[in-house]
Amino acid sequence: MPETTSGIEYTKVAEIKGPLMVIDGITKASFDELVEIETSEGERRLGKVLEVGFGKAVVQVFEGTTGLTITGTKAKFLGKTMEMPVSQELLGRVFDGLGRPNDGLPDPIADKFLDVNGEPMNPERREYPTSFIQTGVSVIDGMLTLVRGQKLPIFSGSGMPHNILAAQIARQASVVGTKEDFAVVFAAIGVQYSEAQYFKRSLEESGALRRSVLFLNLADDPAIERIITPRVALTVAEYLAYDLGMHVLAILTDMTNYAEALREISAAREEVPGRKGYPGYLYTDLANNYERAGRIKGKNGSVTQVPILSMPADDITHPIPDLTGYITEGQIVLGRDLFRKGVYPPVNVLMSLSRLMKDGVGEGKTRADHAEVGNQMYDLYSRAQEVRALAEIVGRAGLTGTDLKYLDAGDMFENHFLKQAPDENRNLEETLSRAWEVLSTLPEGELTKIKEKHIKAYYKGSK
Amino acid sequence: MVAKGRIVWVSGPAVKADGMAAAKMYETVEVGDSKLIGEVIRLTGDVAFIQVYESTSGLKPGEPVVGTGQPLSVLLGPGVIGKIYDGIQRPLDEIAEKSGAFIGRGIQTTPVDMKKKYHFKPSVKKGDEVGPGYILGTVEETPLLTHSILVPPDHAQGAKITDVAPEGDYNIEHVIATTEKAGKKVELKMYHKWPVRKPRPYAERYDPTVPLVTGQRVIDTYFPIAKGGTGAIPGGFGTGKTVTMHQIAKWADSKVVVYIGCGERGNEMTEVLVEFPHLLDPRSGRPLMERTVLVANTSNMPVAAREASIYTGVTMAEYYRDMGFDVVLVADSTSRWAEALREMSGRLEEMPAEEGYPSYLASRLAEFYERAGRVRALGSPDRAGSVTLVGAVSPSGADFTEPVTTHTIRFIKTFWALDTRLAYSRHYPSINWMQSYSGYLEDVAKWWRENVSGDWYELRAESYQILQREDTLKEIVRLLGPEALPDEEKLVLEVARMIKIGILQQNSFDKIDTYCSPEKQVKLVKLMVKFFKEAQKALKSEVSLADIRAMPIIPQLLKAKFEIPEDQLSRLADLDKQVDEEFRKLGSASSKSEEVKVVA
Repeated sequence: MPETTSGIEYTKVAEIKGPLMVIDGITKASFDELVEIETSEGERRLGKVLEVGFGKAVVQVFEGTTGLTITGTKAKFLGKTMEMPVSQELLGRVFDGLGRPNDGLPDPIADKFLDVNGEPMNPERREYPTSFIQTGVSVIDGMLTLVRGQKLPIFSGSGMPHNILAAQIARQASVVGTKEDFAVVFAAIGVQYSEAQYFKRSLEESGALRRSVLFLNLADDPAIERIITPRVALTVAEYLAYDLGMHVLAILTDMTNYAEALREISAAREEVPGRKGYPGYLYTDLANNYERAGRIKGKNGSVTQVPILSMPADDITHPIPDLTGYITEGQIVLGRDLFRKGVYPPVNVLMSLSRLMKDGVGEGKTRADHAEVGNQMYDLYSRAQEVRALAEIVGRAGLTGTDLKYLDAGDMFENHFLKQAPDENRNLEETLSRAWEVLSTLPEGELTKIKEKHIKAYYKGSK
Repeated sequence: MVAKGRIVWVSGPAVKADGMAAAKMYETVEVGDSKLIGEVIRLTGDVAFIQVYESTSGLKPGEPVVGTGQPLSVLLGPGVIGKIYDGIQRPLDEIAEKSGAFIGRGIQTTPVDMKKKYHFKPSVKKGDEVGPGYILGTVEETPLLTHSILVPPDHAQGAKITDVAPEGDYNIEHVIATTEKAGKKVELKMYHKWPVRKPRPYAERYDPTVPLVTGQRVIDTYFPIAKGGTGAIPGGFGTGKTVTMHQIAKWADSKVVVYIGCGERGNEMTEVLVEFPHLLDPRSGRPLMERTVLVANTSNMPVAAREASIYTGVTMAEYYRDMGFDVVLVADSTSRWAEALREMSGRLEEMPAEEGYPSYLASRLAEFYERAGRVRALGSPDRAGSVTLVGAVSPSGADFTEPVTTHTIRFIKTFWALDTRLAYSRHYPSINWMQSYSGYLEDVAKWWRENVSGDWYELRAESYQILQREDTLKEIVRLLGPEALPDEEKLVLEVARMIKIGILQQNSFDKIDTYCSPEKQVKLVKLMVKFFKEAQKALKSEVSLADIRAMPIIPQLLKAKFEIPEDQLSRLADLDKQVDEEFRKLGSASSKSEEVKVVA
């Protein structure tokens, strides 16, 4: 963020509370305006106007208010909203949570400056996402297909390998039949140093770092800065996609930390809270970030979003995963049970969903039987789970012949289809043939979701 | 007198302005130098509290606020069908032309093309006496829809037509008729404006008796909704609310569909825009877009316009109802509308009721759902129209005891409860058949009896009973395993499974299964009920359950929904014969084996 010298300076700080600062004697300030704050020691910080009236403005300080004083602090109103300088030179660079370089290199030369808040995309101008992305992960490609321009979050829990999965997707993602690579925009929001490093190293090793842009707000960085981190990252993603025509994969981790920063500000403003102390506008605020994914008619690029969030106490009804699920186009849920069993990726397929799969698969896009195979695999695993629960009570002996087949098919599903190595890249053909191998262990009459012609073509089991 | 004030305070979508003593409640105002559109929602002294329908970023105290003297209104006339609007009736395609792929601010547009010419055929003549709601003539709005030009509802009763335009092509600004009453002349055009928060008047309300056929088996057969009725679809995320709403919008047998995307995903609106022009109405064979209006306030568009979008949509629905059409309005999702109310209420510093929602949430919901109904329209000729309201509810944490769901249930008659557990097992639509209900069942039974099948009501009851019995038996199975049940009860489980897969589950993305005609629905149910009765008989005559389970007809019954298209329904009769045939074989086989035993 280059420093600006123009703007009006005020020195009358009336109140400092939490991340907020109230400034008096304001004659000219506008809502959402960017503010540069200079402490009595000469340190500079950034903030933005949350509320403004005659003579008074409430400013949120991104780097926190620690060390600020009532006297001696200067606030300069910059007459513009927060902007991010963008250009092709951003690729391969690392920035902090506010978009300032932190890789020791100079400021990139800006092609233009963009408002980090973005503007809502006009639904009339959106291009409906339909291009299949092959991630090389069987469970995603086969049952939770990701398409270009989709927003598909990973709901995880503490200690689970969401980073490994996200990194695997970032390394392996490709659109079948094209040579175009994905550019990766990575935003670390309040995560530990080691997690951010893992991701950076993984991009480095695969040679993807030179087409990546990283934004790092680590666990010990100022919490309020996290409000901005996903916004600068998505602003860059939009620029790469719609101005430079690149296909961008934006990974935001961890959105739970973002929502907590939002709650902190809301509490400081003494707003009426919604559920669990989170502000009533959490939905709208999250949507303003998540909806910055998609494609635009007549433009080549796309922004595909994979936000990651950890569910507090693995509770999917917690407001953060709950509201996220209402906005995103599906979710990939990681399951503690599978994780304990040592299955990677531990995707709980029954709770997971890709809403855009229906439009990204099928004849002419992937394979004609893809959607039906996916549905039947869900059905199989769901029945297998029911039978498992039953077997715990009545034992294997109490099960009928068909139930026993489901029990075994469920195990095979986990070991032969779901499980794979973090560096194993399976193409779609392999994924689907593995699926048919699992389905073929069931009697043909059980495949109620697949049309006759596909059963004839692929089914290998006995009647 | 027009109110002219200045901004004194800005916080998100809420703005305070002083010098506004002349402003009226719910008056539309222009805010700031960039003339953002807002609405007055509270007046204290000369200070007006304004909700702004566009982003307020960059707005400064001291900028002007100017009243328009008008409440928030929509323009009603030909040209509305096929459009996609934002929450305050600005066409999104025009916004895109002016500001590109991203939505800019302060954009002035007209809701319909004022220059487009329509072929007007008058149906009144000079000297006729007219009043509110009288039809002046018709124009063809789309090949699917003949649009009646109405005398506005606020026009004087008993006025004389002094002049009427002859048949010909006119744009909608053209004066097509002039009326006079007691020396007061009024010029009438093809359109008029109506305030969105005020329900349009009608002559008389009728009871809803005709079902809205949606082509969805679980809805039409088990939990039907009547034309002019109200229904709600609550469900956690991923349970298929939006898909169900899309299905209703696509296949409902109504004349006009108003689809409100309220605080939902941008891609969902795009999907409708991409899909509807290519989908053909099963009855007329015309593109569905020719009967559809979209109102879109996606989750990242300004929150205040979300509140308005619901009213904008329902007012347009009422307008087409007044022409004598059946209209369906689907609102996805009413929870986002309630949240918009909550957000503004919070900024007004009102005392919150449950979970921060304002205390008037229930009355606002009631007012909205009361705008549904089957009515006799005002004026002449005599005609009946209806507005059916279907609202999606997005309960936080899929908890049906939260305020929006609990209050909504009080004001609707059909309740389709979406079940997260069913969705996890990929049972779609995930409408829970034990929790859902329809208050219109008895009302629409007559229609089914007369138009589809005389035994519809009984078939429905018999098949539903199997599902109910399964529900109680499931508890025992959970504790003791299925082998603890006698064969007769195991059969109930088996047939219930067949009903669930073969009837309740319906694949919206399958070309054949997406729409199921009433005839096909009844025939499928009949087959299942028949299978159940025959299997019961067979069990009694010593046929083993294992043999019944292995019958080749079963997978065919389960796949009939997507293997047999609407134009080959006679194949269902073949299945019926096959059921008889296979049971006869089973019966004779088992009696033979008994004979063998006797011999031995």
